[in-house]
Amino acid sequence: MIAFVKKYEGLWLFVHSPAAIIAALVAVLTFLGAAFAPWIALVNPYDLASFSLFDGLLPPTWLDGANPKFILGTDDQGRDMISAILYGARLSLVIGLSALSIAAVLGVGLGLAAGYYGGRFDAIVMRIADVQLALPAILTALLIDGIARGILPASIQQDLRVAVLTLAIALSLWVNFARTARASTFVQMNKEYVQAAIMMGQRPIRVMFVHILPNILGPLLVIMTVDLASAILLEATLSFLGIGLPADSPSLGTLIRVGMQFLLSGEWWILWIPTLFLVALVVSINILGDFLRDIFNPRLR
Amino acid sequence: MVYFILKRMIQSVFVMLTVAFLAFSLFRFVGDPITQMTGVETSVEDQERLREELGLNDPFVYQFTRFTGDMLKGDFGFSYRTRQPVAEMIASRIPATLELGVVALIISLLVGIPAGVYTALKPRGVLTQTILMTTLVGVSIPTFVIGIMLIFIFGVQLGWLPTFGRGGTVQIGGWESSLFSFDGWRALLLPAITLGVYQLTLTMRLVRAEMMEVMRSDYIRFAMARGVPTASLHYRHALANTMVPVITIIGLQFGGVIAFSIVTESVFQWPGMGLLFLESIRFVDIPVMGVYLVVIAFFFVLVNLVVDLLYVAIDPRLRIRDVS
Repeated sequence: MIAFVKKYEGLWLFVHSPAAIIAALVAVLTFLGAAFAPWIALVNPYDLASFSLFDGLLPPTWLDGANPKFILGTDDQGRDMISAILYGARLSLVIGLSALSIAAVLGVGLGLAAGYYGGRFDAIVMRIADVQLALPAILTALLIDGIARGILPASIQQDLRVAVLTLAIALSLWVNFARTARASTFVQMNKEYVQAAIMMGQRPIRVMFVHILPNILGPLLVIMTVDLASAILLEATLSFLGIGLPADSPSLGTLIRVGMQFLLSGEWWILWIPTLFLVALVVSINILGDFLRDIFNPRLR
Repeated sequence: MVYFILKRMIQSVFVMLTVAFLAFSLFRFVGDPITQMTGVETSVEDQERLREELGLNDPFVYQFTRFTGDMLKGDFGFSYRTRQPVAEMIASRIPATLELGVVALIISLLVGIPAGVYTALKPRGVLTQTILMTTLVGVSIPTFVIGIMLIFIFGVQLGWLPTFGRGGTVQIGGWESSLFSFDGWRALLLPAITLGVYQLTLTMRLVRAEMMEVMRSDYIRFAMARGVPTASLHYRHALANTMVPVITIIGLQFGGVIAFSIVTESVFQWPGMGLLFLESIRFVDIPVMGVYLVVIAFFFVLVNLVVDLLYVAIDPRLRIRDVS
């Protein structure tokens, strides 16, 4: 019953917050667009036969000299900007979501165990977390990327770029999950239902994942939203620095890096349209995160 | 007090040792130093002899001790890429990054603290709502996009400020500074703002949260009831107590500033340590990567140590506990 009321209350707040509705709309549309990119995009940026150099550098349709086929214009290769963004968002979201899942599984697992067992295990996990918190995520990700470049043989490096990038992002984001899960688990450990479950002789794994986990999902969900935004930003930043993905598999960050070349010439849309899109997506996810936090933490309201 | 300082120092040494170990592992296990140093035509026997001469066959602990000892003496080895001593390469880049970082931090504090106080004291104001909305957008805009935007507006469209490099620098006893010439400041302005914006939003949000928390506390209510003038209440009673966390973030932000300076330096082609680090990653120049890590950690540990000592100076309770 309480859960029901809580859910209902959240819905009520959502309907009365225009910012949250717009943010959710942007996020959902992006997810759908990215998921169905192969079916709705005009051209496939990976398929050289689907676009032509003759269509290169066309401006968006509201400017002179545009081709009405390409609503937001084309880049120097003749790729439709909308298609490039859809495919770019697809890649960015795949990397962001995979990295987030790895970080969540790792972080929540370690955090739960640390909170449950306490003692030495807890101390070790938290010391590692402290050291990593001291290093900002971007530095960690860059280091992991550099190490991967050194270890992996050159022949498979190109194929593993996406995997390396995902892992680098995941390993720089797990700490938030671990700390939140640990703190919430500590609170739950003193509750009677947990004590009862332990007393009944249930195995630690079962107590952690069946009993405790469902009760600490709220704060974890907030971390998840905020970290999805961080993961997308990290990927974009690494790709922008030229450390992430090569130019032939364009994520949003790569599109912006390529667009930088047109900063001084007149073709502003090649740079600003992907940039605007990236910012809108991240702002939306952050607004949703703030909204969720307010729901789960009524004190802040 | 002495005990506290001593404890913190021992902790710092531990952190530095951990980082040194990390750098050493990078150096030792990522790629083979011998293949980096020799060409294809070197025979296997020669390679083995070199390996023995350099002590790469010694036990791990020996090698690590020697590595740490060399580092303490300031011997950081040679770059794989340029064959120059790493110490020189990094030292020549330190002034650029430090000046950029410090100016960015000052900008973020000068704007962030007043904005945080204002939004906490007038939570329902129109200006507060505008500021809060702007910072939410500010947090979401990646550093490199802010950089590109500033370059586009002030560099390309208005043509007021240079868009890359350090401009005119002045040599002061081996320290190449851009703080003493008009041209240098012009070049510094855009990168410093770019780097400061993100830190600014963090500072503001923290000061605001801290200030709101303090304003709710009993002693402020009591001071209010006692009839303490509003200005004194806000700035003497409340703000003074938010200073401890603010000093913490300055310490924490320093790490952020240094890390994000990698991005900013890349956008503005600012010849600092970050740009060097990026190049070293691109070319898998392990010695430079390792030393960069150690140098950054050293700055970080140093700043945090100073911050901890400042606590004691600011918060009298820490001193009393020590006496008892």
